[in-house]
Amino acid sequence: MTPFSFTIATFVMSIIAGVLGSLLGLGGGIIVVPVLTLMFKIDIRYAIGASIVSVIATSSGAAASYVKEHMTNLRVAMLLEMATTAGALSGAYLAGVLSGKWLFIIFGAVLGYTAVHMLRSTDHANGSSVPRCGWADRLRLHGHFFDQSTGAEVHYRVGRTRLGLAISYVAGVVSGLLGIGGGALKVPAMNVAMGVPIKVATATSNLMIGVTAAASAGVYFMRGDIDPFVAAPVAAGVLVGAQAGSRLLPKIRSKVIRVGFVIVLLWISIQMLIKGLRT
Amino acid sequence: MSEVREILPEADEAEIHRVEQWVSRLLRIGVRLSLAMVILGSIVSFIRHPKYLDDPAQLTRLTHPSASFPHTLRDVASGLAAFRGQAIVIFGLLMLIATPVLRVAVSIIAFVRAKDRSFAIITTIVLTLLLLSFVLGKAG
Repeated sequence: MTPFSFTIATFVMSIIAGVLGSLLGLGGGIIVVPVLTLMFKIDIRYAIGASIVSVIATSSGAAASYVKEHMTNLRVAMLLEMATTAGALSGAYLAGVLSGKWLFIIFGAVLGYTAVHMLRSTDHANGSSVPRCGWADRLRLHGHFFDQSTGAEVHYRVGRTRLGLAISYVAGVVSGLLGIGGGALKVPAMNVAMGVPIKVATATSNLMIGVTAAASAGVYFMRGDIDPFVAAPVAAGVLVGAQAGSRLLPKIRSKVIRVGFVIVLLWISIQMLIKGLRT
Repeated sequence: MSEVREILPEADEAEIHRVEQWVSRLLRIGVRLSLAMVILGSIVSFIRHPKYLDDPAQLTRLTHPSASFPHTLRDVASGLAAFRGQAIVIFGLLMLIATPVLRVAVSIIAFVRAKDRSFAIITTIVLTLLLLSFVLGKAG
């Protein structure tokens, strides 16, 4: 394979990663890392460097139109970002104290349980089953968006704000400790705990992951883990894919997004369990 | 439906939309500029090194664990001055990395202008934690 054909192949693969990542609010890393290392035999260090770039590319690429179309709940995003960044900071310090093996096993199990739970739950339309929450009222977290797939304006109420903050903090700790799994906890935190519709939850998570990834990307760059030759086609492809994906999300039915998210969540959970049992 | 309207009066609604527009515009500019830089840098690399088009050995060299490429700001600056493809790509990637951080900073200004005190404070805390993790990460 020549550098030119590698660039083209990686660009095309990254478009797919960008579409999928922007729809599910998880970033493109789940596809980028295995394809680069297994198919193209790229060093794992550069693959991870490119994947952190792909997370930011997914986030910013899709968020411009999500924010404009109110798919993103900006206030919920800002509030939870406070918890995730604090969590990520503490996670980096806990890394030396806690053993990676058990963390992988515990969070693998937690994500697996969450996936099964999410499959059974449905969106709380018009906030019917979310308990009233003083924090959400005071911070004006409630919102609405136009669901193109049903052609209706959906109004939703946000509840259990403190629980959402707590899970987001844990999500931050996990991503600080293990480098993965942050977005995978943010979507259930918003959807299951706080009653945010699944599409708004993935779009809001999508915006949030960019911030967390940007903090670590600076460090990766200084360490020399971001090889421009590998990262360039990944970044360009993911940006193009994420912009396309962001135009798709409003049109896709919520159920499809939910099932897709659950499948990927199960996949991550299995990967984490395997990693935990092996180390 | 009417219940939600109660909590979100017209004025608040307009103010939230204004913040959203700022954020959306910033993200779009950041994405377009960095995408343009990454593509330009790649094209420059291929034009300067025609061997990249047909020599498989070059791929091994470029992606070898000890491959050399700019990874300090000084390297990038001197590479840009010499119009080197890799430096242009990295410059684009750095713009991409900076965009979410700028997004948080712009939101602070937007919330302050909208006189939304609680969210101006929340967003300032986010930016502080973000910069703190940046500084601590570099030290560690």
